[in-house]
Amino acid sequence: MRDITLGQFVAGNSVIHKLDPRSKIGMMILYIVMTFLVKRIYFFAIPLAYLIIELILSGISLRYILNALKPIRILLILMFVLNLVFTKGENVWLDLGFWQITGEAVLQSCFMTLRIILLVAGASMLTLTTSPLALTDGLERLLSPLKVFRFPAHELAMMMTIALRFIPTLMDESDKIRSAQMARGADFESGNVFRRVKSMIPILIPLFVSSFRKADELAIAMESRCYHGGEGRTRLHQLRFRLPDLIAILVTLLFVASLIVVLVLF
Amino acid sequence: MSVVVNHLTYAYSEGGKPLPPTLIDLNFTIEEGEFLGIIGHTGSGKSTFVKHLNGLIASEKGVVTVDGHDLSEKSERKIVRSLVGMVFQYPEYQLFAETVYDDVAFGPKNMKCDEAEIKKRVVRAMELVGLDVDRFSSRSPFELSGGERRRAAIAGVLAMEPKYLVLDEPMAGLDPKGREEILALLERLRRENGCTIIMISHSMDDIARHATKVLVLEKGSVYLFDKPEIVFSHAEELMSIGLSVPNVTKICIEMNRRGVPIPKTICTENAFLNWFKEGRKHA
Repeated sequence: MRDITLGQFVAGNSVIHKLDPRSKIGMMILYIVMTFLVKRIYFFAIPLAYLIIELILSGISLRYILNALKPIRILLILMFVLNLVFTKGENVWLDLGFWQITGEAVLQSCFMTLRIILLVAGASMLTLTTSPLALTDGLERLLSPLKVFRFPAHELAMMMTIALRFIPTLMDESDKIRSAQMARGADFESGNVFRRVKSMIPILIPLFVSSFRKADELAIAMESRCYHGGEGRTRLHQLRFRLPDLIAILVTLLFVASLIVVLVLF
Repeated sequence: MSVVVNHLTYAYSEGGKPLPPTLIDLNFTIEEGEFLGIIGHTGSGKSTFVKHLNGLIASEKGVVTVDGHDLSEKSERKIVRSLVGMVFQYPEYQLFAETVYDDVAFGPKNMKCDEAEIKKRVVRAMELVGLDVDRFSSRSPFELSGGERRRAAIAGVLAMEPKYLVLDEPMAGLDPKGREEILALLERLRRENGCTIIMISHSMDDIARHATKVLVLEKGSVYLFDKPEIVFSHAEELMSIGLSVPNVTKICIEMNRRGVPIPKTICTENAFLNWFKEGRKHA
């Protein structure tokens, strides 16, 4: 229960790490657009090349990417099988009588699975190279133009920061409560689904109660240190858009452009 | 029957890799009817050790047996959990039921007691901790005061009628009256029900007054394991590892320093008073 890899930050000093979080968010959005623009499986070579370059530059080991893919492996397998079953085609590869595996279906399955793998891998590149704090900072700045329409950009970013900050605390807390209830003979491992869900109540209620208490305490602590929202708040770490950011964005745009060219030509 | 700890070594692991051991080769026996006080620094392994006593964590190295039940056997753990009651730090944070009665009844229900037996146990446990059954049974545990909530949580453990009661800093955050009530409850449990008490505490005075044996843990090893008067007579060693001694011991040290000879083994007010009366008789 303790290993949450998705969204785990690996500290580093690479070019990618040093990029402004805003450019990294922008790059990721472009990357996602790329993976959705791809219409034929071999065009994935372009976003894949982009991902590999980013991976090499960031110095992040491939292991972390694979770890990020682990929690969705069931989804991937399901996706593959469903596409295999429900895609219609003429080019029959294997005839089982009641079910035919066609070439088109295999291609479609690979295509969909690859798209999801690339999406998740790309998204985890962002969270692997950007600290949660920098990420929410960047998001806040990117969303701040929406303040004109009364969009609470600062509040949203603050909420995200706090939520991320409290994940490990709540994990610890639930571990403790779990131990305490187990010591009182609670059994979380046996019985059918309904019994098991019901057996979580003695953990969930104390966890909620303590979350509310913590939220209250945090609010008081923040107010007593003069927190009054984002208005007029200065920052210790100013976000700066530098030359590497410009280069990175231009390179990304180049990839998008080349993909579009390829799509139009072939 | 007793709790036997034999060559217990335990290391937490992080991401599949073992961390430096938290407990190193612990060997001792906790006799039935004893009041064991456990002292040690934050991070000395106290809490980790007590979690072994009912199998919440189990080590591959070393054996812990409770009344002969080996805790490394998964099948034995359930039996042991009904023998060993566990009161964690701030136990009031584990309260969850709609009423105090239901919360206290959680343990006995899990033990598959029948309705009449559950009722009997809940009433007994609530009386033990001094919560009036008629007044508190149907109230929500969340509307009680801090001290009452703590006692309700302890009642939830006592309702399982454990032979061994393990408490991790049960008095933390309570006012002096609340502390005294908890200590009096533990004394009563030991005297009247023959319950063995194992308590982690940072209050040396409480340990000196109530414990019959003291275990000092330092960096995961047993530093001292003896009667309180013997343990606290090693005042300098205890202070050198950053622990404190009871106030009475501090007074005795100061008296010795100023030329009034007084035995090193005096660590409670009663012992001090007896020594004083003894001296006056001779004078």
